[in-house]
Amino acid sequence: MNCRSEVLEVSLESRQVDEAMLALLHTILLHRSTGKFHYKKEGTYSIGTVGSQDTDCDYIDFSFVRVSSEELDRAMRKSVGEFKDALCNSGSDGVGQISLEFYQKKKSRWPFSDECIPWEVWSIKVNVVSLANEQERQICREKVGEKLGEKVINIVEVINRHEYLPKMPTQSEVDNVFDTSLKDVQPYLYKITYQITDSLGTSVSTTMRRLIKDTLAL
Amino acid sequence: MDSDLSPQDKKDLDKFIKFFALKTVQVIVQARLGEKICTRSSSSPTGSDWFNLAIKDIPEVTHEAKKALAGQLPGIGRSMCVEISLKTSEGDSMELETWCLEMNEKCDKDIKVSYTVYNRLSLLLKSLLAITRVTPAYKLSRKQGHDYVILYRIYFGEVQLTGLGEGFQSVRVGIVGTPVGTITLSCAYRTNLAFMSTRQFERTAPIMGIIIDHFVDRPFANMGHMHPCNYRTATEDEGVTYPGVEDSQEVCTTSFSTSPPSQLYSSRLSYHPPALGSADLCYQPVFNAAHPHQMVIPGKEGGVPQAPVQPSHGTPADHGRMPTCTPSSMARRIPATPSSSGEEAETLSQSSEAKSSSPPDILETTFTRKVGAFVNKPANQVTTACLDLPFAAFAPKNFDMEENDLMVNPPDSPVVESPLQGSLHSDGSTGSSGPLQDDFVMVDFKPAFSKDDLLPIDLGTFYREFQNPPQLNSLSIDVSAQSMAEDLDTLPVKLALYEQKIDEFDAFVETLQ
Repeated sequence: MNCRSEVLEVSLESRQVDEAMLALLHTILLHRSTGKFHYKKEGTYSIGTVGSQDTDCDYIDFSFVRVSSEELDRAMRKSVGEFKDALCNSGSDGVGQISLEFYQKKKSRWPFSDECIPWEVWSIKVNVVSLANEQERQICREKVGEKLGEKVINIVEVINRHEYLPKMPTQSEVDNVFDTSLKDVQPYLYKITYQITDSLGTSVSTTMRRLIKDTLAL
Repeated sequence: MDSDLSPQDKKDLDKFIKFFALKTVQVIVQARLGEKICTRSSSSPTGSDWFNLAIKDIPEVTHEAKKALAGQLPGIGRSMCVEISLKTSEGDSMELETWCLEMNEKCDKDIKVSYTVYNRLSLLLKSLLAITRVTPAYKLSRKQGHDYVILYRIYFGEVQLTGLGEGFQSVRVGIVGTPVGTITLSCAYRTNLAFMSTRQFERTAPIMGIIIDHFVDRPFANMGHMHPCNYRTATEDEGVTYPGVEDSQEVCTTSFSTSPPSQLYSSRLSYHPPALGSADLCYQPVFNAAHPHQMVIPGKEGGVPQAPVQPSHGTPADHGRMPTCTPSSMARRIPATPSSSGEEAETLSQSSEAKSSSPPDILETTFTRKVGAFVNKPANQVTTACLDLPFAAFAPKNFDMEENDLMVNPPDSPVVESPLQGSLHSDGSTGSSGPLQDDFVMVDFKPAFSKDDLLPIDLGTFYREFQNPPQLNSLSIDVSAQSMAEDLDTLPVKLALYEQKIDEFDAFVETLQ
């Protein structure tokens, strides 16, 4: 099965990075989260309810809807914060990419660790620009807002193609498909990685170390 | 076609489509209420949350939707449409967008109704949540207030898009295939908002689209079939109670099977709709000057025009925000606005407030925008003493030139409150009544040292004045040398003293740790 990969690109100011990334990641997660599963006898299960919450951006003329889950929001903010710090501190010309990857776990026999098989990857390429004056910033606020709106429409378009989704798992398999650690919602298993491109154009990938670690982990 | 579908599946599918339609309407209308929506996630299924999404049911909206559907379901050739439009306090209205729930003939026979269709409908509702915040009408609806309101209308049948003007855009929210057809949800939205502002100018010729005749007798009286997008909290003294959503006693699917679709377990849950508001939705004045973003709560506002009187300003005045405006002053609606074409809207509102004969509590009017340095303030409103300007000492003591300046003090300025209270709350970039001027963004820059400054000092003069400041004392060599020498002399003495007291210092440091 091939992994579906989508790339979104945005150019924005550094102070807009957090909100823009949160907007797009939360929009994707809204569609990729369900309520908590409660398994009953005879192989049936019921699903909890997912609430939604409007969020306004301070530095962008934009509002988005996210899942009402503080835990999930905290996790996103943490990842986005790390990405933004890396982007701003890298000394590069501010080009980077953050990826949200949905995967399934496939249990392997000992001594091999579980395989993580991605089935959908969303990559957001970010290009940080710096602006000279307030007028340009004001225009940027509006333009980035419009751009994010277009990206949301793109995301919705892809999701509504109803392409591959993992099968609903049995109780024993649910942790291979969903992240059951949150107490109020249940997103598909996901991981967020990022890489910053330095000015030479070579990819200084922070995920490489992680990949190597994963492969060698026992 | 239908023979392939089991009776149970057919029944379920009809139920899903019906509740999907109702929830779609709820999401759309709630997204145009003008405030942020927040619902909670719940890990335990409640049975009344269709499609596993927490979407509140506003009873009036459900009632309207059911009225429009009249027992039918959206089907092939029978689309359900929600039309969102804007109506100004002057009575002008404009369609902003039309959301269409349609069905075409393309069937997906193999799809599982109780499971896949349900989940995809849930996904489609989530997409609708996301897309409703992206179309231009969302921003307009967030700014609705006393200048304009957002209305909705639900109709069933043929889709009508002619009211959207030329060049309208379309966005598809999503599609879900079912055994009886493919459900499509899309939105067509107007892009040409200039229409409104042109008509505004024809009628009242205001500058910057400021609405002068702010209070008109029952401006929304002729709304007829349109309904305002405002949600009313339950109040005891209201009249008609809408029938609750009694068929949400019908269960929503709460159980799923991991194996190939088997029975559905369902539990009967009673649904208690909240106590409801009255039927008089058509007469909501959204003149909530103090808080234009809030919902209008009837009975609490001074201006519910069931009675044929001018809405009073009691409520706004209580907030200390606007001067009282008598209806008679409305007759003399000479726009003060032409005089202030060179000024920001906030300055205008300040000057118009200043011109009123209201008591000095006008000065207490809080400007929600920060007033920056060198912003022009009408002279008779402030004194130099309370000017929050740097270099205020340089400001001329008399303001004769300002008083005689016709630009700032137009003749015959009426007792007009700032109708653009809403503008004080709107974003800085539109300096005018938001959506009415969408094609004309008045951004008035007040760069420092600009001509109309309070300080009649230009950049050059300022620069020359401050080009050669005197030397700082501490930096002048003799003094510093002298003090250095003194310091050096006293140093050994000081050191000896500190050595004596070393125990004290150590004790102090320990208290810090």
